[in-house]
Amino acid sequence: MGGAVVVCLVLLALLAPVIAPWDPNRPDIKKILDGPSNAHPLGTDQLGRDVLSRMLYGARVSLAVGFVSVGIASLIGVVLGSLAGYNGGLVDGATMRLVDLMLVFPRFFLLLAVLAFLRPSIWTIMAVIGLTGWMGVARLVRAEFLALKEREFVIWSQAVGASGFRIVWRHILPNAMAPVLVAMTLGIPAAILTESGLSFLGLGVQPPHATWGNILNEGKDAIEIGWWLSLYPGLAILVTVLSYNLLGEGIRDALDPRLRQNAARFVSRAR
Amino acid sequence: MLGYALRRLLLALPLLLGITFVSFTVIHLAPGEPAEIQTGDLSIQSDAQARQLLREMYDLDKPLHVQYGKWLARLGRLDFGKSFSPDGRPVLQKIGERLPVTLLLNIIEMLIIVALAVPIGVLSATRQYSLFDKVTTVFVFVGFATPDFWLALLLMILFGVQLGWLPISGLRSLNWEYLSFWRQQWDFLGHLALPILVATFGGLAGFSRYMRQSMLEVVRQDYIQSARAKGLAEPIVIGKHALRNALLPIVTILGLSLPGLIGGSVIVESIFAIPGMGQLMVQAVFERDYPVIMGNLVIVSTLTLVANLVADVTYSFVDPRIRVGARRGRR
Repeated sequence: MGGAVVVCLVLLALLAPVIAPWDPNRPDIKKILDGPSNAHPLGTDQLGRDVLSRMLYGARVSLAVGFVSVGIASLIGVVLGSLAGYNGGLVDGATMRLVDLMLVFPRFFLLLAVLAFLRPSIWTIMAVIGLTGWMGVARLVRAEFLALKEREFVIWSQAVGASGFRIVWRHILPNAMAPVLVAMTLGIPAAILTESGLSFLGLGVQPPHATWGNILNEGKDAIEIGWWLSLYPGLAILVTVLSYNLLGEGIRDALDPRLRQNAARFVSRAR
Repeated sequence: MLGYALRRLLLALPLLLGITFVSFTVIHLAPGEPAEIQTGDLSIQSDAQARQLLREMYDLDKPLHVQYGKWLARLGRLDFGKSFSPDGRPVLQKIGERLPVTLLLNIIEMLIIVALAVPIGVLSATRQYSLFDKVTTVFVFVGFATPDFWLALLLMILFGVQLGWLPISGLRSLNWEYLSFWRQQWDFLGHLALPILVATFGGLAGFSRYMRQSMLEVVRQDYIQSARAKGLAEPIVIGKHALRNALLPIVTILGLSLPGLIGGSVIVESIFAIPGMGQLMVQAVFERDYPVIMGNLVIVSTLTLVANLVADVTYSFVDPRIRVGARRGRR
């Protein structure tokens, strides 16, 4: 079920220009902070812009930030994790200390500190979320490598003289990707939450670009009048994050039959 | 015990140095020329000024190793410089005022989370697949997915605006000074209610899940079987033998989740206008108050490091297996 919702969300985001009933950035001074109506199903904001259309365009930002930042994080995580796991020794020690170090920083403080020095734009947000989110993947990949490099097929490839890169790329990595896939699926909703949090504070994607986070930010200013500004974008975030999490758990269960049998039985039934 | 603590302390020292290095790198993210900043930035005028101050303060015109050495020396003296904002007060003083608020909030949250998550986790693990277990599982998934700032907004609308029961910003009412002592405490609690509710919600979901998982693993162990076999009553088996062992990993997770909790206070504090570290950080970022930003970053991460260390040592204290393992050279 998580998967179906995710597909729907991606489609809605891609088709935003076609299905959005209004121009997301067109203000209408006659309709400032109108409640939900037939013309504007989810109401309008302080400038009279249609909230539904803004949310559809906001979905694009959220999903794009989710995909790109997780892509960056996974790339760094896989590269560092493979290096550490395959080489062991000093490389391993150094990489894992780097992971420990990055985990000591409360992520939001680090994100804010970095963003304070940079110009806020969707690209910097993606990059910064990606660069501060690779530690989990690195640890996972390293653990997989440590287990896999002792296996016969790897020792055999080493015996016939395959290069280190070839062994890692062709033999170990494909076998280590399953948990990475799960981590990526679970990383996307985390990135979406982070981005919307930053945008909510006004330090993420800047207006007039609509994102779920900055619509909520406007909602905060109109808290006494416009509950619809606060309710719907948050609901969209909740549904998106929830369905990605369910999808991630689903993939994990499918890849790990041992888990499916006991602990996760109820979770899959609830889905 | 002491040896283990010392060894952990030694391992933490390079991390401390690492913190200073990462923070030093962050300073250098600033674009070099004032001209670059003039497009699309928040405030043009103050930014060019800030750049100048930044250059003087962190000796940005000197070679890198000299800069880093000076940066280290300053941190060693706990000198974070003076705030760029008009009051121009020392950064350390500003942070010192706000640190207790954030610490107080986080400690209260932590206590509530543990007090609630442990029974919830134990109950849902011992009654696996029961209605209670199913309801908590749904709660866990929703809890994970709920943006805290959204929850905060909804609660503010419900309790603050619609019902008018609770104050929605600050720590004290305007008429605080004129209230009696007990009235003051009541007022303070009222102000804390919503922020703490919001901050506990997400953490509770995660913790009750871990607790459930940990309990499920423990009840499968042989020693639980033997406890049952020798005829102990089920409440004693669960409450004494199982619970003690199931609580062990929670100590570590408590330490590991600390950065998340502290990070979360950024959002909670800014929404509810609570004068803590998180709110200070957000204000500083808007005002491009670089010394305050750097001071916050260094202090918050150092605190997290210390808390992790305490969690590690506590863990070895409550679980002798770790200490013995470490002595044998395993980690």
